[in-house]
Amino acid sequence: MENLLQRLAPNVMAKLPELAESCGQTLVMLLISGLISFIFGLIFGVLLTVTRRGGILQNLPVFTVLDKAINVFRSIPFIILLFALIPLTRAFVGTAIGTRGAILPLIFGTVPFFSRQIESALCELPDGLVRAAQSMGVGPLGIIVRVYLRECIPGIVRAATITFVSLVGLTAMAGAVGGGGLGDFAIRYGYQRSQMDVTYASVLILLLLVSVIQALGGIIIKKTTH
Amino acid sequence: MIELKNVSKTFSTPSGSVEAVRDVSLRIRAGEIFGIIGLSGAGKSTLVQCMNLLQRPDTGTVTIDGCELTAVSLRELREKRRGIGMIFQHFNLMASRTVLQNVMFPLRGSGLTRQQQRDRASELLQLVGLPDKADAYPSQLSGGQKQRVAIARALAPNPRVLLCDEATSALDPQTTRSILQLLRDLGRRLGLTIVIITHEMAVVKEICGRVAVMQNGRIVEQGDVYAVFSHPREDVTRELVGAATHLQQISELVQAGSSAVTPGPGQLLLRLTYSADNVSEALISTVSRRFGVDLSIVFGNIELVQGAPVGGLVILAGGERVQLEQAVRYLIDKNVGVEVVLDGKSFAKAGA
Repeated sequence: MENLLQRLAPNVMAKLPELAESCGQTLVMLLISGLISFIFGLIFGVLLTVTRRGGILQNLPVFTVLDKAINVFRSIPFIILLFALIPLTRAFVGTAIGTRGAILPLIFGTVPFFSRQIESALCELPDGLVRAAQSMGVGPLGIIVRVYLRECIPGIVRAATITFVSLVGLTAMAGAVGGGGLGDFAIRYGYQRSQMDVTYASVLILLLLVSVIQALGGIIIKKTTH
Repeated sequence: MIELKNVSKTFSTPSGSVEAVRDVSLRIRAGEIFGIIGLSGAGKSTLVQCMNLLQRPDTGTVTIDGCELTAVSLRELREKRRGIGMIFQHFNLMASRTVLQNVMFPLRGSGLTRQQQRDRASELLQLVGLPDKADAYPSQLSGGQKQRVAIARALAPNPRVLLCDEATSALDPQTTRSILQLLRDLGRRLGLTIVIITHEMAVVKEICGRVAVMQNGRIVEQGDVYAVFSHPREDVTRELVGAATHLQQISELVQAGSSAVTPGPGQLLLRLTYSADNVSEALISTVSRRFGVDLSIVFGNIELVQGAPVGGLVILAGGERVQLEQAVRYLIDKNVGVEVVLDGKSFAKAGA
């Protein structure tokens, strides 16, 4: 078995420790920026929903500012965002390179996308449910938590799955600015040194990662849809 | 119990403003079942939503149970809303919660423990006849069952008022009846004041004591259900009654030139409208014998409203012209509404 792998992917086998480290970096980027993006995306998505015209906390100035800001950040290509945010990253994290330096741009690249996804998931909620909750004397916070978030769990999980999968893609790109991770690994060896087996191994692992995310999302959606 | 004074509500839409409710004043008594009927777009849904301030009226006051809702703070309004249950056309149950959890929904923050909430919800499911569905999800229920759950949910915080916004409009006639029966029973048992919004006279006549007829945002007619439906003063009321008794259909048949309603030479096609004082008399056979005219019933419909009949007959009357005229006069004397829909004489002439 080891012989076979040795023959199929000599370059990969030669740097297994480094591969493991890259996997770890990808997971760290994914988990930290994913978690933070999830929280902010949820907050912004909810804000977009409740402050819009006819929302339960209608507030057009807040809505407009948020709406436009999201559009602006969504229209910046991630690769540009990566180095455009360097000063900000330095101020926040202390360094703009390495895995730690990649997390802030990842969050900026993900939150706007995820906010929109959450907004459209919450949009699916029939108006009547909000109306019914209001008629029962439930306040705005109660409606957000007990109606919007609770009733839209399947939609939110679907949005999170899509976002996480695209976040995997972004972490690979973060490698281009020294963020480490599988993308970085594939670029340095697979691309720059033409070690194709390294490229394929990276792709395989990313594929696995995406499948796991997708499967997890699928299970939760199935469990929460009635 | 519920008092609206000069309530108006206007919506501004991109295509201009819509005056959904115009200067409505209304007084609904404690313990009664009050109907608000109107064609779609008449403003009745907006009106009922003004009662618990889901729509805040632009002008006017809403007072429920002695509390002027239009004057209290938002926080207090929320508290008051717990005393005003509401059910909807599309039930509005929470799909991610079981039936029991749906009924428990309004009990959060009511001071009851989790177990007490559960007990209260089970009790209510018993009351609406669905004790075995506690763990089902709304998607597994029929429309009638969903509305029963919605009723249980609305009643969970022990309200004194129940607002029903087209609550039976998405249900078939049989289910509608069973839901209305349930509402009537519950109303009586719990001493509820019930407001029913509908476009169907069948619903109003089934359970309401009094009714208001709405048109273009105004209440054009109101009173005891029987009085309003047996002697409609407004066109829209007549239309609603006509739709329920199907007597209007005859005009369509006439327009279509149906042979069933085409009078022969010398015959008259008459529409007779009955009310309580004459429907029990054997008018048709009396007229036939006394005036020697032949009467054949083309179509008839008598609806019982609060146990008293409303409706009428469409008949073809044949015989000597003089006798026919005397027969018609006799019917009018007997307080029957008589309308000559078609006259075979002119018809024959036109044909010849």
